[in-house]
Amino acid sequence: ASWKSSLSAFQIVQTRRDYSLGVLPDGADRNSEAFSRNSKAMDLLISDLQSHIEKVLGGGGPVAVKRNRSRNKLLPRERIDRLLDPGASFLELSQLAGHELYEESLPSAGIITGIGPVHGRLCMFVANDPTVKGGTYYPITVKKHLRAQEIANQCKLPCVYLVDSGGAFLPKQAEVFPDRENFGRIFYNQALMSAEGIPQIALVLGSCTAGGAYIPAMADESVMVKGNGTIFLAGPPLVKAATGEEVSAEDLGGVSVHCKTSGVSDYFAQDELHGLALGRNIIKNLHMAARGLKSGLQNISSEYQEPLYDVKELRSIAPTDHKQQFDIRSVIARIVDGSEFDEFKKLYGTTLVTGFGRIFGQPVGIIGNNGILFNESALKGAHFIELCTQRNIPLVFLQNITGFMVGSRSEANGIAKSGAKMVMAVSCAKVPKVTIIVGGSFGAGNYAMCGRAYSPDFMYLWPNARISVMGGAQAAGVLAQIERGNKKKQGIEWDKEEEEKFKAKVVEAYEREGNSYYSTARLWDDGIIDPADTRKVIGLSISASMNRDPEETKYGVFRM
Amino acid sequence: TVRAFSASEPQRIEKILIANRGEIACRIMRTAKRLGIQTVAVYSDADRHSLHVKSADEAVHIGPPPARLSYLKASSIIDAAIRTGAQAIHPGYGFLSESAEFAQLCEDKGLTFIGPPASAIRDMGDKSASKRIMGAAGVPLVPGYHGKDQDIDLMKLEADKIGYPILIKPTHGGGGKGMRIVQSPDEFVESFLGAQREAAASFGVSTILLEKYITQPRHIEVQIFGDKHGKVLHLYERDCSVQRRHQKIIEEAPAPNVSNDFRTHLGQAAVSAAKAVGYHNAGTVEFIVDTVSGQFYFMEMNTRLQVEHPVTEMIVGQDLVEWQIRVASGEHLPISQSQVPLSGHAFEARIYAENVPKGFLPATGVLHHYHHVPVSPQVRVETGVEQGDTVSMHYDPMIAKLVVWGENRAAALVKLKDCLSKFQVAGLPTNINFLLKLANHRAFQNGDVETHFIEHFKDDLFVDTSNSLLVDKVLGAARFSATLAAACLIEKENSLFRENLPGGDSIISIWYSSPPFRVHHCARHTVELEWDNEYDSSGSKSLKLSTTYKPDGSYLVETEEESFPGLEVKVTCIGNHDFRVEADGVNMDVSLAVYSKDQTKHIDIWYGSHHHHFRQKTDLELSDEDETEHKPRFDKSSYPQGTVAAPMAGLVVKVVVKDGTKVEEGQPILVLEAMKMEHVVKAPSAGYVRGLHLAAGQQVSDGGILFSIKEE
Repeated sequence: ASWKSSLSAFQIVQTRRDYSLGVLPDGADRNSEAFSRNSKAMDLLISDLQSHIEKVLGGGGPVAVKRNRSRNKLLPRERIDRLLDPGASFLELSQLAGHELYEESLPSAGIITGIGPVHGRLCMFVANDPTVKGGTYYPITVKKHLRAQEIANQCKLPCVYLVDSGGAFLPKQAEVFPDRENFGRIFYNQALMSAEGIPQIALVLGSCTAGGAYIPAMADESVMVKGNGTIFLAGPPLVKAATGEEVSAEDLGGVSVHCKTSGVSDYFAQDELHGLALGRNIIKNLHMAARGLKSGLQNISSEYQEPLYDVKELRSIAPTDHKQQFDIRSVIARIVDGSEFDEFKKLYGTTLVTGFGRIFGQPVGIIGNNGILFNESALKGAHFIELCTQRNIPLVFLQNITGFMVGSRSEANGIAKSGAKMVMAVSCAKVPKVTIIVGGSFGAGNYAMCGRAYSPDFMYLWPNARISVMGGAQAAGVLAQIERGNKKKQGIEWDKEEEEKFKAKVVEAYEREGNSYYSTARLWDDGIIDPADTRKVIGLSISASMNRDPEETKYGVFRM
Repeated sequence: TVRAFSASEPQRIEKILIANRGEIACRIMRTAKRLGIQTVAVYSDADRHSLHVKSADEAVHIGPPPARLSYLKASSIIDAAIRTGAQAIHPGYGFLSESAEFAQLCEDKGLTFIGPPASAIRDMGDKSASKRIMGAAGVPLVPGYHGKDQDIDLMKLEADKIGYPILIKPTHGGGGKGMRIVQSPDEFVESFLGAQREAAASFGVSTILLEKYITQPRHIEVQIFGDKHGKVLHLYERDCSVQRRHQKIIEEAPAPNVSNDFRTHLGQAAVSAAKAVGYHNAGTVEFIVDTVSGQFYFMEMNTRLQVEHPVTEMIVGQDLVEWQIRVASGEHLPISQSQVPLSGHAFEARIYAENVPKGFLPATGVLHHYHHVPVSPQVRVETGVEQGDTVSMHYDPMIAKLVVWGENRAAALVKLKDCLSKFQVAGLPTNINFLLKLANHRAFQNGDVETHFIEHFKDDLFVDTSNSLLVDKVLGAARFSATLAAACLIEKENSLFRENLPGGDSIISIWYSSPPFRVHHCARHTVELEWDNEYDSSGSKSLKLSTTYKPDGSYLVETEEESFPGLEVKVTCIGNHDFRVEADGVNMDVSLAVYSKDQTKHIDIWYGSHHHHFRQKTDLELSDEDETEHKPRFDKSSYPQGTVAAPMAGLVVKVVVKDGTKVEEGQPILVLEAMKMEHVVKAPSAGYVRGLHLAAGQQVSDGGILFSIKEE
């Protein structure tokens, strides 16, 4: 019988060989000058990034932190750590929101948001940082809060609000209060999510003044901490001004009032740690932990292989010069399981790389740029997106795109039509989408490759990323031409030196505004990531987006 | 009952009832099983689930927890033997082992008593009578008074004649119970009355004898064995000098620093003593050796198998319980005196649940964690308890006997220390650390033992808070332990969580990678451990350990103290509570016990020769949702000045003064008893006794308030 078993073993080997057909080559030439130049440049970018991160991790600074500790309060990230499961990961979003946005610094926009599991249930955390401007809401704070709610709503994640805020930042009330996407939207979102059965939980760990009072009030369940937690529509000074009543904060909106008399809060916590433990308990009692996956998304392997090549080498791949192209497969080879990538339409429309792989056992369809988008590449992209939506495979976009091909030949070939097909496919695709900008992101390329306007579930930048409508030099050329025309009409001669000055100004502005920090400060993305974390971040992001039931994709009219 | 065989023709023993509990019951059963003899256990309500019950072929319930209603109740035990058809009863040690009446009753009921003849027990049980017999047989005796006349004045005169210091002890019983040393004539009366009372309570006989107190004595005893055919031989001596509260804690065989000549003389004297009372079966003749003069005197004979018999077994390579059973069956002793081997050296350390800093007071509680060293031909662990068992106040608080053998004393001592440091008990206080200190003491290593050893070297053996160098060292060790404990705790908690993911969903499992992911920083975890610092009067010290998950899977553990640099610790889980830990480039085995007690999480850690105990501050009290403060827990500092709390759980045997009495500092207020030991509670300061509402017979709990002393 021994020959029989050896035959079957042989067959297994054959199958394995088929399976590993798509292993990508290394793609990195470690000995090349470019490799070391790239990695040096990236190291500089990362150390710069790290120094910014260190500042924001310190919250509002040592004095404010000390004051916070003296009140027996933890910092917002520590609070989240205590809520998370033991040893669980936390996908923090937009750490550098608010970076150099206002005259005063506003570390992490004064609010910490991110995703992590509690009792095996992924939750969205929204935690005010009381050490930053008393946890008050600047316009960017509101934006970050709303973005977290948007993700929670998209991914159906229970929301845990760790409230410790003085409400709207009054000097900027005009930019915080009245508009559609302003403060009021927070409670609107709470109401709608609650209606959809997405749990809304508030832990009142500090003050919760004015509009802030509605966060616990609108929550499904809320916890209040004795001593530190207060909830009132108007604080003692405003009450005195309005009605003349003199009352202490504790008597006005302390834990006793709200847990015993008003019923605004449901759980009485002896101290902060008790409050956080109660918070964990609430999540436990949601009884959603073992929620099964719906059809189409079950194809997840619990065992997977790490990529064959060092993930850290992603720090050495992006060229310092944005004009230089690099093979996106060297990135893909370092983010997919076992570096296995089965390429679709490999020989057609070669400036767009499409194919199937897995990340931490989760099937993904990857679309990466390998040059300018031509007609064929755009059609290939649209085709591939259709494949993935039909099979419920999440999409990963790796952006490094200068745009669609321009020029008379292209236009005549209907590049706009082809581009529109891809934009249509991207827009309508209902599968989870994650976008990473690993290089440039210019013009309509940004759109077709699922830029911010296309509502990817998550979007991240590498530190070297550039985003703008077009390159600085091109813009300067266009603007200079128009300016020269205008001047000519007025009969003014423009000397060369003046023109260069004008161009340099435009280039400088594009340089500044196209920078990754400029983007992330304004929440045009969900954060700058270390290239070495790319695999991890995509894996966690997809895992979070898979939390929802699959949706059927319906496309609009494709212009043929 | 009509019996088929006459008592003079003893039938072969096929089933033995063991009239005892704990380790000795288990130990006897082990030999019986090896011989193919069935075993019957007896148990009180407190022992229903005990190891000795589980180990027996059959078990019979004999009554409620108090020993006098169960293990001392001869009729119930005889009844159990008859019911189960046992032919013999082994009494073990303690309880009924030295009751002549019981031995007689067994014989009357046609049961073989595995022990000496009732007559020998009777002769030796009365210490005064035994001394008379020994004197007549030419065995040397300590000067003293052994008279029947117990008149207190006469006794005091006799005491004056012998000269102080003198020793007062009950004529019956043993184990140091009721013994008193009287340094000067004015202490005599109180000590005498106390000894009488304790003797009456423990043995039912209050007769007292007086003896010259030898200031630097050694306690050396000889194991003897006799058969029913008149042959008696000795199996060399044991040194049991190291004692606390007059009870042995480390025994060894043979006695160190003793000449062969001395050994032979001692053995011969012991054999003469046994022969003088027509002895058979196992017995021990105790001698007191005056280290100053080199003289030895007969003290008493224990007519039973001793607690420390294993050390003898180890050096002679024999099973004494097997001998007991064979001799009881009428067989001849298997070897002659010249054939008794003497090989190597053995130690026994008695591991007790006790509170060493509180003067070795017996402790009670649950054995939340109990892992002893692996046994081998050279290492024996005699135990009657398992993890999860309770050491109750009803019986002796001994947890185990650790017995080791080595080719010589030094080799055996090395082994003893190693085994002690790996002997893991958590949940209640034990004397293990103390035993380790003893075993490590220079004088003990040299074999310079005497019965006042502990008292003599107390500065070395107990905590010395004035030595700042030592205090720093102790704190440093605790901090290092806490560091390892924190890393192991986190590793264990995380891996446990990973293994039991809610829902077990693979989509979620990537959120529990090790180390946990954070964007642009390392995850941290703070563990707060409380350590009872016996070197610091303020009590416990809080150690805040901030642990950072390093990308390579190790932990950087930092304390708040800046003088102590962070330590990088890599942890690998090996078993349920065993870890391999790399810290500062050194790999080591670490064991951790985690359990809840009094609503607090407790952590015990062992590594190398270290053992530390910590309490972890837990975050929550989820059940308590009203506005009331956390329930105040009683600790010493929260009591008002002058409050006296019970040092142990026990029974009030006597209340000396009435509530409201004016007392002097140190004046006895009441007498507690636990584990048959009396403990006098004295006034901590001069003043008036307030709040004393106790009466004899009442039970008090450990730490319960007894009374307070107020200045007015």
